[in-house]
Amino acid sequence: MAFAAFSTAEVQPQVTRRKSPIALFLLLPGILYLVLFFLTPLFSLILTSLQAPSEFGDIGVYDYAFNWQNYVTVIQDYWPHILRSFGYALLATVFALLFSYPIAYFIGVKARRWPLLQSLMLVLVIAPFFISFLLRTLAWKQILSDESLIITSLKAIGLLGPDAYFAGTPFAVVFGLTYNFIPFMTLPLYTTLERLDTRYLEAGSDLYANAFTVFRKVTIPLSMPGIVAGTLLTFIPAAGDYVNASRDFLGGPDTQMMGNVIEANFLVLLNYPAAAALSIILMAAILILVGVYVKRSGTEDLL
Amino acid sequence: MSGEVQAAAVLGGLTESEESETRRPPQAPRRRRLGLGDWLLPAYVVIAFVFLLIPIAYTFVFSFNDSLKSNIAWRGFTFDKWLNVCNVEGGAVCEAFGNSILIGVVSTVVATTLGTMIAIALVRYRFRARSSISLLLFLPMATPEVVLGAGLAAQFLAVGVPKDMTTIILAHTMFCISFVVVTVKARVASLDPALEEAGRDLYGSPREVFWRITFPLLTPGIMAAALLSFALSFDDFIITNFNSGSVTTFPKYIYISAARGIPAEANVIASAVFIVALVIVVGAQVSRAARAKRLAAQTG
Repeated sequence: MAFAAFSTAEVQPQVTRRKSPIALFLLLPGILYLVLFFLTPLFSLILTSLQAPSEFGDIGVYDYAFNWQNYVTVIQDYWPHILRSFGYALLATVFALLFSYPIAYFIGVKARRWPLLQSLMLVLVIAPFFISFLLRTLAWKQILSDESLIITSLKAIGLLGPDAYFAGTPFAVVFGLTYNFIPFMTLPLYTTLERLDTRYLEAGSDLYANAFTVFRKVTIPLSMPGIVAGTLLTFIPAAGDYVNASRDFLGGPDTQMMGNVIEANFLVLLNYPAAAALSIILMAAILILVGVYVKRSGTEDLL
Repeated sequence: MSGEVQAAAVLGGLTESEESETRRPPQAPRRRRLGLGDWLLPAYVVIAFVFLLIPIAYTFVFSFNDSLKSNIAWRGFTFDKWLNVCNVEGGAVCEAFGNSILIGVVSTVVATTLGTMIAIALVRYRFRARSSISLLLFLPMATPEVVLGAGLAAQFLAVGVPKDMTTIILAHTMFCISFVVVTVKARVASLDPALEEAGRDLYGSPREVFWRITFPLLTPGIMAAALLSFALSFDDFIITNFNSGSVTTFPKYIYISAARGIPAEANVIASAVFIVALVIVVGAQVSRAARAKRLAAQTG
């Protein structure tokens, strides 16, 4: 599966590898493409982040410089957004993990005897992907709007206060992030749990461990590769997302994340250096967090 | 989106080779007694699936809403929106949808070609700088989309390329390549080398062996990769938004109209796409299960 990239070590070749000019012919176009349209833009982003406003003072025109104060400025201006991004993404990742683990366990372990049921349940997990990401998010906004059936009935039975509202709250943004990235969590968890050798679980209970201890001491450690892959696949896009937190979707003025300020600076304010500096900070923070996390969870060989 | 890894796995269903069926670990433990856990877990799974499907059902139901401009309050049932999808706002929804299809098809063809070539090279050949190449392929998948989008936009700005359909296609192709490589690589690695040896033993030239044996065997993986690319491209909004200029794709149309209300026609298109995608994937899963059964019957 595609998740193999994250969840298993490199596939071992069955055919002896040989050296050949054909390899160069096969690799060159694609690699060149990535150098041109992935690597170069990253360097471009670094250069842009150090630009200074043009001497002529036109809006949206900048000169190349070594203006590292841009970084200080954006951190001063946007530190709440930076913290919020990582906070929301972390919460969404934890919720998605708690929500997905039982599903993945059921599909991967309990449903093993019925392969067709397994594949149909997997289709259900990814079904949300088949409908536009933006429409799904808007659907939640409307389902949980002030006049909606759910909210009015919750208010009627007193579970919600009369002035409670959903859209525009941090809760709504975290909810949206969690919902939208659940499949990213469920699929890699499923991939590892599907390969879980259940004889280990039996061994645990044979040694008089109760169900909870077996789960904690055997199942969780054995499914660690899936947990690491799933949390990364959820955390990275969630931290950079700006749709859920956007005002027209689930967010409000007080829930803006880094993605929102990068978008606003780049596309609306034409403050390219600020947008670029924020992007570099986001990328660097993610790379550091991912590195530390993967090291601490002892799954380096995943990457 | 979001798209990110997306369908990776949907499609994972398609790429998984028969061989993985036989390598399955032993069956679930023999059951001892019926306990709480025996119905608690299935019950939770059912509720969780209902939760996952709520927004889809909502979008589908509201494609039949006899709405005026915005599609928020229920105003009665109609087939009208399905029959006249392109009649709203001078066909803006359909134009955006057409753009998305065109961009999806072109980026899929390019990304699938380049990615398949890389995948074959990675599994079959030895070369230097292997680990740097693997890193280069991994990084785009681990980079937040907003960074990919802003980076490309900064690059186009620096070089002075105006943003239009071409820049969107260039961007989509870029983020699809890595996913194609990962998907096809799994298939190349699971090929039985004996089949190619047989071809060579029968005096097939390397070219013949490739086109008549290797390539046909890789087709399911390549198809899955192409579907995945298309799905990623079709649903991408974040990267598109940075590199689209005045061109509107389907997700961008929804983003722009979100403030003033989305017409029901957008729900119609989204629902239709959903149904087509579901039919393709369920069909593939069912035929795979049938094939596995047939194989088991033959060998067993």
